[in-house]
Amino acid sequence: MSEIVSAPADQPVTLSEKTLGSIAELRGRYEDPRAALLPVLHVIQAEHGHLTLALERAVADAMEMPLTKVHEVVSFYTLFRTEAEGKLQVCICQTMSCMLRGARELLTHMRVKYGVGPGETTADGRLTVHAVECLGNCEAGPMAQIGDDYFGPLTPETLDEILEKR
Amino acid sequence: MRGERTEMPASEQRFLSALYTQEKMHTLKVARQAGAYAQAERVLKMEPADVIAAVKASNLRGLGGAGFPTGMKWSFVPPKGDRMHYLVVNADEGEPGTCKDKHIMRGCPHTLLEGIIIACHAIHAEKAYIYVRGEYVRPMERLSAAIDEACAAGLLGENHMGTGRRLVVVVHPGAGAYICGEETALIESLEGKKGQPRNRPPFPAIEGLFRCPTVVNNVETIAYLPFIFEHGPEKWSEWGHNGSGGYRLMSLSGHVERPGVYELPMGTPLMELIEKHGGGVWKGRGLKAVIPGGLSAPILRAEECADARLDFNTLRDMGTMAGSAGVIVIDDQTPMIDVMLNCAHFYHDESCGQCTPCREGTWWMYRIILRIAQGRGRLRDLDELVRIASNIEGNTICAFGEAAAWPIRSYARKFRDELAAFIESGERSREADWHHEDRGAPPLIQIEGVGMPGVRAGV
Ligand SMILES: Cc1cc2nc3c(=O)[nH]c(=O)nc-3n(C[C@H](O)[C@H](O)[C@H](O)COP(=O)(O)O)c2cc1C
Ligand code: SF4
Ligand code: FES
Repeated sequence: MSEIVSAPADQPVTLSEKTLGSIAELRGRYEDPRAALLPVLHVIQAEHGHLTLALERAVADAMEMPLTKVHEVVSFYTLFRTEAEGKLQVCICQTMSCMLRGARELLTHMRVKYGVGPGETTADGRLTVHAVECLGNCEAGPMAQIGDDYFGPLTPETLDEILEKR
Repeated sequence: MRGERTEMPASEQRFLSALYTQEKMHTLKVARQAGAYAQAERVLKMEPADVIAAVKASNLRGLGGAGFPTGMKWSFVPPKGDRMHYLVVNADEGEPGTCKDKHIMRGCPHTLLEGIIIACHAIHAEKAYIYVRGEYVRPMERLSAAIDEACAAGLLGENHMGTGRRLVVVVHPGAGAYICGEETALIESLEGKKGQPRNRPPFPAIEGLFRCPTVVNNVETIAYLPFIFEHGPEKWSEWGHNGSGGYRLMSLSGHVERPGVYELPMGTPLMELIEKHGGGVWKGRGLKAVIPGGLSAPILRAEECADARLDFNTLRDMGTMAGSAGVIVIDDQTPMIDVMLNCAHFYHDESCGQCTPCREGTWWMYRIILRIAQGRGRLRDLDELVRIASNIEGNTICAFGEAAAWPIRSYARKFRDELAAFIESGERSREADWHHEDRGAPPLIQIEGVGMPGVRAGV
């Protein structure tokens, strides 16, 4: 994570030349440049970890749109985070196919072994757990997305093995 | 390469799954050896109207869930004028129980791109957007790499395939919202806004993305196009059943021995999928029920399953739907209250909140079911649930309303005896504790004067 994140949330941030370059490239892909908002927010979030109000303001400027529009979008979509997250995100699916095959035990295991429930981050800042809805991998239930990758079918033991390796 | 399969019995032929299970099929070189882009080359020489007629004759139905005839949808696009025309490929894959589109994007992205070339030719589009759910990071990487390779080879881009025309394909990441799978919400989201469905009319074919004529099709629908032109629309129609052409990818999950994605002809008996392909109900247990078409499909009791065949019309006539072919199997040791609570939570969580009947109705249904699960239900709650569901149905902007109402109503009606016995026992389900511990629900629900303000019939 860059130092920008540790600045107070209401201090203005300046986006780097490189980031502004990616934004311009993304805007160029659409007939209406405002359509690039989701991909742009993904880029900013990947760089900064989560989206502060100051970052939203910087995005609004770069996208030439009102801050309220940006804020509305950030709060609508679950993948956009407004609070600091652990280094590794563990998103455990809780929807029907995974529930039927024991998804709840995975959450209970995270609580017992790592002391974190959904939405919480371990004290060392390593892991954040999320209880999420269907991730489109029902054939491998119960499953979880860990970082960018999908894993399943999982047991508490195989989940531990994966987390230890990361 | 694909040719001789025509002689095999229909139930043993494989198309998409024969490709995506091969290593390296995501590279242009291997895909071309397997015949990729040969059909696009042929179709580009046809008149667009003839392409649409062929797709109509194939009985290809939309495989994203609604089953709308694809050729007919394309024919609603007005003749090409000054405005751009768009193809939007729906790769949001959010319907619980469905996990097929990612195999196509990851395993045989060039087949999808070939389908895109065919569809764009038919509807005069020079730009296609693929809207992929944000969590599919790896499938998006494969898709983007495939697009780069196809552009470098002149298959996409300026003067693509020597047509003198331009065809640009852009991958667009979503950001985690089930409702963005609904086609007008998807268009809003693609325009950089909140994913809230639009009122219709105007339909997307007339006024869709950036207010231009737009066709939205599911990944799998588009990826079958090359096979339809390879084998001929008549064959495709013949291989299908009861008004649904050809094949589809059936996602099998839940309590079966071998969950997975199985490519089978339309009209395959449900029990053949579960027993022959899925290895039967797991742990030698009995079958209790099946959700045949993704979570929004009304449930089938075990005794109804013998007659069920997996095509759009047969399942519709049985009062349920083929939907996205996400088949979820439930064994005889699963309490129906747990199934109901899980389902109600999902729709309550995912409603976009625009329409009162949907927003309030999904909230009430979740609260009432949670209270039953907490051992404090009343018998009349079951009627109340049916009533709330019926008040949502038909009174909302988008079909999410029905998707939320139908399954809950089907559980309340078809498993009434079991649910009534549960209520009378006063037992508390473990699921209720967990909704308290992990999902922030209150430990005990207190609902005064159950009813939905403002959502009486006719209001
Ligand atoms: C609530 C809701 C969610 C939907 N989710 C998806 C989805 O994830 N993927 C999809 O292809 N279609 C989804 N659909 C269906 C689309 O609205 C649309 O009918 C479909 O993409 C059209 O493509 P097709 O004709 O090829 O099936 C959804 C519909 C509704 C009402
Ligand atoms: S039915 Fe539900 S999801 Fe659809 S527009 Fe209305 S509130 Fe939104
Ligand atoms: S239900 Fe868990 S991935 Fe679909």
